[in-house]
Amino acid sequence: MNMLNIWFIMKREFGGYFATPVAYVFIIIFLLLAGFSTFYVGNFFSRGEADLYPFFSLHPWLYILLIPAISMRLWAEERKSGSIELLMTLPVSVFEAVVGKFFAAWAFTGLALILNFPLWITVNYLGNPDNGVIFTGFIGSFLMAGGFLAIGSCISAVTKNQVIAFVLSLIVSLIFVLAGYGIVLDFFSSWAPQPLVDAISSFSFLTHFDAISKGVIDLRDMLYFAALIAIWLFANALIVNARKAD
Amino acid sequence: MGLNNARFENAFDEAGDALSMTLRVEIEDLAKHFGEIRAVDGVTFLVSKGEVLGFLGPNGAGKSTTMKMITGFLAPTRGTVRVCGYDVSTDPISVKANLGYLPEGAPAYADMTPDSFLKFIADIRGLSGAAKKRAVASAAERARILNVMYQPIETLSKGYKRRVGLAQAILHNPPVLIMDEPTDGLDPNQKHEVRTLINEMAEDKAIIISTHILEEVNALCTRNVVIASGKVVFDGTPAELEAKSRYHNAVVLTVNAIDNGKLLQYVTSLEFVTDAEPLTSANGIRVFPKDGQHITIPLSEKIREQGWEIASLYAESGRLDEVFRSITLPRTAGVK
Repeated sequence: MNMLNIWFIMKREFGGYFATPVAYVFIIIFLLLAGFSTFYVGNFFSRGEADLYPFFSLHPWLYILLIPAISMRLWAEERKSGSIELLMTLPVSVFEAVVGKFFAAWAFTGLALILNFPLWITVNYLGNPDNGVIFTGFIGSFLMAGGFLAIGSCISAVTKNQVIAFVLSLIVSLIFVLAGYGIVLDFFSSWAPQPLVDAISSFSFLTHFDAISKGVIDLRDMLYFAALIAIWLFANALIVNARKAD
Repeated sequence: MGLNNARFENAFDEAGDALSMTLRVEIEDLAKHFGEIRAVDGVTFLVSKGEVLGFLGPNGAGKSTTMKMITGFLAPTRGTVRVCGYDVSTDPISVKANLGYLPEGAPAYADMTPDSFLKFIADIRGLSGAAKKRAVASAAERARILNVMYQPIETLSKGYKRRVGLAQAILHNPPVLIMDEPTDGLDPNQKHEVRTLINEMAEDKAIIISTHILEEVNALCTRNVVIASGKVVFDGTPAELEAKSRYHNAVVLTVNAIDNGKLLQYVTSLEFVTDAEPLTSANGIRVFPKDGQHITIPLSEKIREQGWEIASLYAESGRLDEVFRSITLPRTAGVK
């Protein structure tokens, strides 16, 4: 694995987001939705607590909608325009390309996340929040975004059509979030054995994200997201390799 | 290097050391099957330094598929490809590092400018600092894209896009250059520029270009490989390709004050002539020699012996389109 190649591919891909209005539109919509959901859906003021829980707790739902919009172009466009033939005949390995592109998308999401800093300033102005918890909240949200992106990146290698990539990623992301949701778990717990319910729940983004966003850094939650990203990117590389010339 | 040389010499003992020094691309029994379809079916050829190999064949004959296998984009069903001694199936990265490749249609990242695109390629090719600057400037100059370096590639004309692809392929001065239809869709001036560029680089590289434009055979190539239905049907020099034509060394003859009928009757009676036919577009006849021999001098002597006055007389070199049809059509028809 050549780290420099990953860096060059990441740099090119990251710049690609800003070559078109896509990056700006995405960031503005992300900030608007995050702000809106924090204040209206999350009841930031009426809760009367100096933390960013209302902000973070809605991130899984924001990401379901917005992350596929970032990841859908990663490989679908490369295949559609034929530039994949150029990329794959340069002296880089498939895995370097997959990881480089993933890091670019992840860095871009990280940037959008950091641009929510006015909320952090607001909550510090209004009260005395535990900034450690807020920090782990950002880390947890960033890790979860990586999980969504790895899913989206892998799925965008399946098709040349970005719309299909978007819809499929959205559905798979939804499944990964809903797996930890009360209604779904209740549905299973009425008939399925408890270990299975636990297994389903443990695959959910919500289960692992909730703890981190409340300031609890558990190595298992970190490992969950790291493993999830690694597995989806590995599958991504296999799919790119198998379908690049189709 | 030592190891590679050893491998070369083992593989090509009989060919001798001189050849192994310059041998750059070795393709052996290469095949690609897509299900039942045999897109490429046992292609074998070698390309050495200084050669410009014209890879000819009708559309769908397997040219692009072969090139994709040489460049490591497609995995072959069977057979081996070695570039500069590296096997593409075991060491694809080394093969790709020694290759410049212009894929069909010259794909690029449309939202980048040629400048940032070439810089990205230079990064990936391991160039940095002054060497990177030099490589980008030199490739841009040779491909003649200096005046569009800061416009998004998607806004460029087809000719410029093709040249950006060319600049990308030659950027790292690769020992082997592979170009899939480099002049397809260009206007005559652009074609001429691309051919000039390829000729300039030919001396110290091994170049493979695929084309179905026959005029490029003489304008560019030192050797031709013709494939049809995934198989090699010809491998030789452009002159040898022309020599396969029925029209090779045929003589076009016009004689004053003698009608064609009488002329044909006399000419076909000569012992070095197999056949003759009247020209369709002008007055005169075409004379086909026995065994492709040169007959201009004996023919002109015989005509003068008759006391006839020759208005014009010249030998044809052969018609590539006719050769192309005759060697590629039977197989295409056979598949259907």
